Amino acid sequence: MKKFIRYPLQIFNYALFMGLVGYFSLYPSYHHLDENQAMITFTLGHVGKHVRACVKYSQEDLLKLPPNMRKPMDCPRERSPIIMELKLDDKVIFSKTAPPLGLYKDQGIDIYENIRAPAGKHKLTVWLNDDVKVEGPIYQLEQEITLAPEQHLVIEFKSEIGGFNVF
Amino acid sequence: MKFIHPVKRGYLALETWFNLSFGNAWNPLYNLGTLTFFFFWVVFVSGLYLFIFFDTSLTGAYASVEYMTHDQWYVAGVMRSLHRYASDAAIITILLHMFREFALDRYRGFRWFSWVTGVPTLWFVITLGITGYWLVWDDLALYIAVQSSQLMDALPLMPASMSRNFLQSQINDRFFTLMGFLHLLGQPVILFFALWIHVKRLSDVSIVPPRGLAVGSFIALLVLSLLLPAVSHEAADITKAPAVLNVDWFYLNIYPLMDYWTEGQVWMLTLGITGFLMIMPWLPRKKTGQAAEVHLDECNGCEQCAMDCPFDAITVQKRTDGARWENEVVVNESLCAACGICVGACHSSNPFRHSQQELVTGIDMPQSSINSLRTNVESAINNLQGENKIIVFGCDNAINFTGLQSSSIAVVSFFCVGMIPPTMIEYALKKGADGVFVTGCRTGDCYFRHGNKWFDERLAGERQPILRKRANRARINIFRAAESDCKELRRELDRFQASLQQLDADHESVNEGGS
Ligand code: HEM
Repeated sequence: MKKFIRYPLQIFNYALFMGLVGYFSLYPSYHHLDENQAMITFTLGHVGKHVRACVKYSQEDLLKLPPNMRKPMDCPRERSPIIMELKLDDKVIFSKTAPPLGLYKDQGIDIYENIRAPAGKHKLTVWLNDDVKVEGPIYQLEQEITLAPEQHLVIEFKSEIGGFNVF
Repeated sequence: MKFIHPVKRGYLALETWFNLSFGNAWNPLYNLGTLTFFFFWVVFVSGLYLFIFFDTSLTGAYASVEYMTHDQWYVAGVMRSLHRYASDAAIITILLHMFREFALDRYRGFRWFSWVTGVPTLWFVITLGITGYWLVWDDLALYIAVQSSQLMDALPLMPASMSRNFLQSQINDRFFTLMGFLHLLGQPVILFFALWIHVKRLSDVSIVPPRGLAVGSFIALLVLSLLLPAVSHEAADITKAPAVLNVDWFYLNIYPLMDYWTEGQVWMLTLGITGFLMIMPWLPRKKTGQAAEVHLDECNGCEQCAMDCPFDAITVQKRTDGARWENEVVVNESLCAACGICVGACHSSNPFRHSQQELVTGIDMPQSSINSLRTNVESAINNLQGENKIIVFGCDNAINFTGLQSSSIAVVSFFCVGMIPPTMIEYALKKGADGVFVTGCRTGDCYFRHGNKWFDERLAGERQPILRKRANRARINIFRAAESDCKELRRELDRFQASLQQLDADHESVNEGGS
């Protein structure tokens, strides 16, 4: 093939190559949210309550235990599952019952959940139960919120503050 | 005609197109490894420049990248674009590199090592790109940081949640610095070692593409960088969830998938693909022929075979048989690809030697010894009739040329063109062939990497053993052809036959004129 034909062909090939590089480095754009949508993140890192309270060992039970295991109180290792529910305008948008982790079911859990929601004014209701000994919500929050399009709203459960932090 | 797999046919068509556009020497498909290395060089040098102005702290990173992109667009901005686009181009060349090795069945058998070590290398490249996007600390960076953390959280590795780090007031400056360290030092070093291992079983590996290809690719990158400068999204802000993200699909393609699949499914897909790639060389496995054997009695330790072996399978050691030579060679059977190039490199493979006895050479292939090849050549020529008798030498890995056989054309197949000792050509001419026609893999694309190159250099007198000057070049024709080039091969052979006829006619007229 004659050299003078080659150069235009090469330019064509380079243009195609760089066209591919340039295009796929940006496009097609990814629509992470629809127009007029916001993102709600519900998150927590928490350990449930013990499944039952500690009880005092009776003298009889204590004697049954090997001497090195004897202690005054019998405390369970197992923790309660964490039950949570998130409602927007009375519609459940997230609910989960998260069992404790670990071989002895004695570890906490982490939740990080993204939920898309329409922008605008809403009634937000969120509750959580971390104790099998109690029925229904233990921590609860009800709040009016206004979601702007493309807003990221975080609802974090924090045991230190004993409830939910919305920001 | 032999059946050609459609994948291979498609690849060969692409190769033909590039041969037309670039010529064989610059064909990008023959230089995909070196081209990838070249793009890495561009990434490395531009990265060094960006590092001068980059602020590795969480609070300063975005502003420093903005400064480079806008205030110093003429140097740092261009460097940023080169850094991004060369990384993207590398993904294309890597994917083509994989496709080529697959389409040409160059990933199994003795090549398993290169293939298997290539897979983690690909992981290292992609994760390096991900941390690169992370360092910009814009909306896209925050998105991939959170998504990556969710992927990590799905693995039973760490007790604490990584994703929760990115929530306000908890964003961890130190974590960002760790990313900086990984991207700027840790990952490049790992990639460098991975690449070193990747090509470890090969010899004479070039990591520099032909100059014309390098210059062309660089200009192309530069033009793209000027036309479409790389820019950031807005600064990362945890209170915002951007609706539209311009994702770099070369590196960040799994993240959008996470909106449709769970983290576990995404892991299954990526690990599944990785695992499948890793076992591909054994699905099914390909047998390599018997390894080369050294015959010390005929070896003077000249080391030419060790220099020519494309797979580093031959080493040189001190003589063990008490002969007067200093060294001898040893074949590492596990590395030997059974290409026979060492046989073509050995001076003792000269078929004029021991004409009345068995020809033993210094290094030989047990399945197709030089002695049996000499016998084949001789008997093939003896069976030829008519004028313009041609013997065709070819290899087992290119076009199937046995169909060319006729009353005036004989064919002899070698494992590789590099296996042909130049003296075998002289021998064929001496034994009555009017012409020797050599075919084999396309120039620049030898199945055994260097067979064509060494053969050409031997014929040009640039590499031992050379084809002697007195061999009549007009009676030797080299035409390389892939499996799909049947018509071209036939045409060239006819042309050669006609040229031999002309040669004889000229010869006769000179003789007549002289008498
Ligand atoms: C990540 C960047 C990569 C670079 C820079 C690279 C570079 C190279 C180079 C320079 C060679 C030697 C070519 C030669 O001189 O003949 C090579 C060989 C090879 N590569 Fe890669 N490679 C990369 C990734 C991969 C991947 C992902 C795979 C497949 C999974 C792969 C499969 C192979 C195979 C099978 C060979 C052997 C070729 C032969 O024996 O002729 N490579 N590579």
